[in-house]
This record gives sequence, C-alpha cells and structure tokens, in this order.
Amino acid sequence: MKRSLSLLTAVLGASLLAFSAQAAEVQVAVAANFAVPLKEIAARFEKDTGHKLVAAFGPTGGLYTQVKNGAPFEVFLSADDTTPARLEREGDTVAGSRFTYAIGKLVLWSATEGYVDDKGEVLKKNAFRHLSIGNPKTAPYGLAATQVLDKLGLADAVKPKLVEGTNITQAYQFAASGNAELGFVALSQVYKDGRITGGSAWIVPAALYEPIRQDAVILARGRSNAAATAFLEYLKGPKAAAVIKAYGYGR
Amino acid sequence: MSLSSSDLAAIWLTLELASLTTVLLLLIGTPIAWWLARTRSRLKGVVGAVVALPMVLPPTVIGFYLLVAMGPHGPVGRLTEALGLGVLPFTFAGLVVGSVFYSLPFVVQPLHNAFEAIGERPLEAAATLRAGPWDSFFSVVLPLARPGFVTASILGFAHTVGEFGVVLMLGGNIPGKTRTVSVQIFDHVEAMEYAQAHWLAGGMLLFSFVVLLALYSSRRMRPGLG
Repeated sequence: MKRSLSLLTAVLGASLLAFSAQAAEVQVAVAANFAVPLKEIAARFEKDTGHKLVAAFGPTGGLYTQVKNGAPFEVFLSADDTTPARLEREGDTVAGSRFTYAIGKLVLWSATEGYVDDKGEVLKKNAFRHLSIGNPKTAPYGLAATQVLDKLGLADAVKPKLVEGTNITQAYQFAASGNAELGFVALSQVYKDGRITGGSAWIVPAALYEPIRQDAVILARGRSNAAATAFLEYLKGPKAAAVIKAYGYGR
Repeated sequence: MSLSSSDLAAIWLTLELASLTTVLLLLIGTPIAWWLARTRSRLKGVVGAVVALPMVLPPTVIGFYLLVAMGPHGPVGRLTEALGLGVLPFTFAGLVVGSVFYSLPFVVQPLHNAFEAIGERPLEAAATLRAGPWDSFFSVVLPLARPGFVTASILGFAHTVGEFGVVLMLGGNIPGKTRTVSVQIFDHVEAMEYAQAHWLAGGMLLFSFVVLLALYSSRRMRPGLG
C-alpha cells in the first residue's frame, strides 16, 4: 500500500514536473527575524524562476514543533544552526541540503535618537529602566544578548531590568514602543542599505558572542519538489546574497 | 520529572493575579451590571458593546493597544508617570489592569443577567417597606443575585487563569512578576521541553474541567453567560 502510494506520488510528481516545470509552488517556514528580507528575496525568486513561494513566519522552536507534527513545509529557514541539524539527525530533511544562508548580527538599539553611544557605554551607566531581549532559551539573538552581558560583566547588574520577548520581533516591539529604553535586537530589524534606519544603535562586536549562524534546509516533504531545490539554489546565489547583506546580515 | 521551582512560581503568580483580578472585577463589574440592568439611557447599547469587546477581540489586539497606551508615549502611560506610578507594562500591576479589562465581560454579563432576572417587584416591595436604595440593594438584590455572583466569580477567575495573549504582549516574561502558567507552557513548548509542558498543560486542562464541571453541575446556577 505504502509502496504503491509512493510510486503513485512519484509518477504524479514526475508528470507534473514534465507538464509544468515552471509552475511549481514551495512552502517555506521562515524564522521571524528573516521575514522582511525573505519577502524581498521571494519576490525576486518568483520573478526570475516562475516558481511560486508561500512563506509562513514564526519562532524557530515553534516551527520545529509544527514540522514534527506534520506541517506542510518543504523548506525551513531557521534562526539558528542547531534546529536544522536536529531535524537532520531525526531524518526529517533531505540529506546534504543544509547550509548557512545568513549570519545574524546583534545590535543594542533604542528608539530614542542619541540614547545609545557607539561603544555601548549606556549599558554600564545602567540608568535605564528596562532592557528587552529575546528569550535566551528559545531565541538565538536572546542567547547572544546574554553572552554579551556575561562578557561585559554586567549580567548581574542588569538582570532585574531584563524583559523578554518570545522572539526577537517582540523584543524589538518592546523597544520600538518605548516601553523598554534599550533592546538587544537583530541588526536586520533596524538596518537597511548600509545604515541604521532610526533611533540609535551600537553594533555589538562579533567577539562578544557566539556567531548566530542561520541555516536553511530542505525538509523531507520538499524532496521531489523542483521549486524547493530551486529556491535553495537561489538563496545561495548572488542576488539573494545582495539582499541579505543589505539587511545587515553576514554571509 | 515533575514541576520545577519556576513552574511553581508561575502557578503561584497566576493564582495571585486571578484572585486579585476577580476581586477588582466584582467591585467594578457590579455597578456597571446594575446600571446596565436598570437604565433606560441611550448609552446602554454603547456601554454594553464596550464591555463585550474583549470577548470578540483577539487578545493580541488588546495586548498591543494596552502596551502602546500604557507605554511611556501613550496617554495612560503619561498619566501614570505624571502621578509618579511609573509605566505599567512589565509589572504585575500592569497585568492586573490588562486582566481586568480582558475578563470584564465574563463578570459583568452574568451579573447583568442576574440583576435583570430579579425584576421590579422585589424592589417595589422593598420600597413600600421604606427601604432606601442602598438598603434594598444589600438586603434584597445581593441575596437574590447570589448565583449570578458565584458564576461571575468563577468565570472571571478561570478566564484570567487561562489568559495568554495579553500577558504575552504586556508582560515581558519576568519570573515571579509577569511569567504566568500559560506563558510558561508556551516557553516550554518553544524550547522543546515537552515533558514539562505536559505537566503544566495537563494541570491546566484538569483545572479548567473541574471549574466548569462545578459550574455546570450546580443546580442553582444557570451555566454560561446566558
């Protein structure tokens, strides 16, 4: 039964491919911090290849749970490298498809102009009421933020002032609404075309935290989808790289 | 595998929040429900609709607006800062304010129904016995509306325990201050700690069932809001 079903799927898939190599659709699960650049990359990908991309955004841990419980995603763009590696170990990915599509950069940011100096001294002065970070247990940028505080020897001093967003998007929202004067957020959230878009920021030196490698992988469901393979190739290519860099990620 | 100390802290905090919210809601909700039951004012529809809003709005909408309104740039935030209270997001007091708003219809509507069911006659009878309005409220209305108060308290308490979106948007996940059980469960699931999530989620399921069972099995009370 199972064999004949997979045979049927293969035949159907092959005939679909033969009839319409251009019209395939790919379902992509995307970590919240990469939402904005992905929309831009998706638009170019659709224009250049004729494939269609459907994206779902969410926190990495949440997307993992959804994949494990049968969500119809074919490609996964994670906010870390451990979750795709775990899916790979558990046999839920196409072997050999995993690669680092972006390296996240952490920034200390305030919605207020001139509030953050370019050396991060504002942290040591400790005159703020709240510092928002992503949840270190679930958000890679949150974990990086705690590493920075540890390295600077400020972890105990600022601990009572920490507020946690469930993901980096919420950490940004706490800071953007002014409820937290300061926030450790993703550079991509406050950066476009080579400069900070508003407020004031300190781009945290990479030496102060472990690199935030964001890995992409083709999931088992995307195995025979030409659009899934095409999208990952596109993500590796120069056009996607330009967008990724413009949003403040490393490659 | 069982509950960790941070799980227990979250449970305790949730019970504190729900108790305080229920008490405040009974104090605020009773006059509103009484007014709604007695008034012939044209504003009745408007007030009724505003009270019912949290039932239809997604908690994210309520949480987002509360966050913006109570933040340092929002009207409520400016007021609380001018009063020397600081701003409310990320504080227990902020969660209480959010919960009161969020659970308001679950307290006002059972009370409203209970007050309406009493009708005019007992009050007229009390008036002929020369009871003043306060006297007749406390010695006639309150005893007659007792089942409504029980229903309102149970629903207000249970609904606050089950609150998630507002706390998530407003709380900042601070242990012992704003990290409630529902947020703790969310964190466990996000962190793939399924065993711990099961303990809390199972407990929540059991709690909710017992509360509703008590509510629906009670002969003297009419269940739900209707």
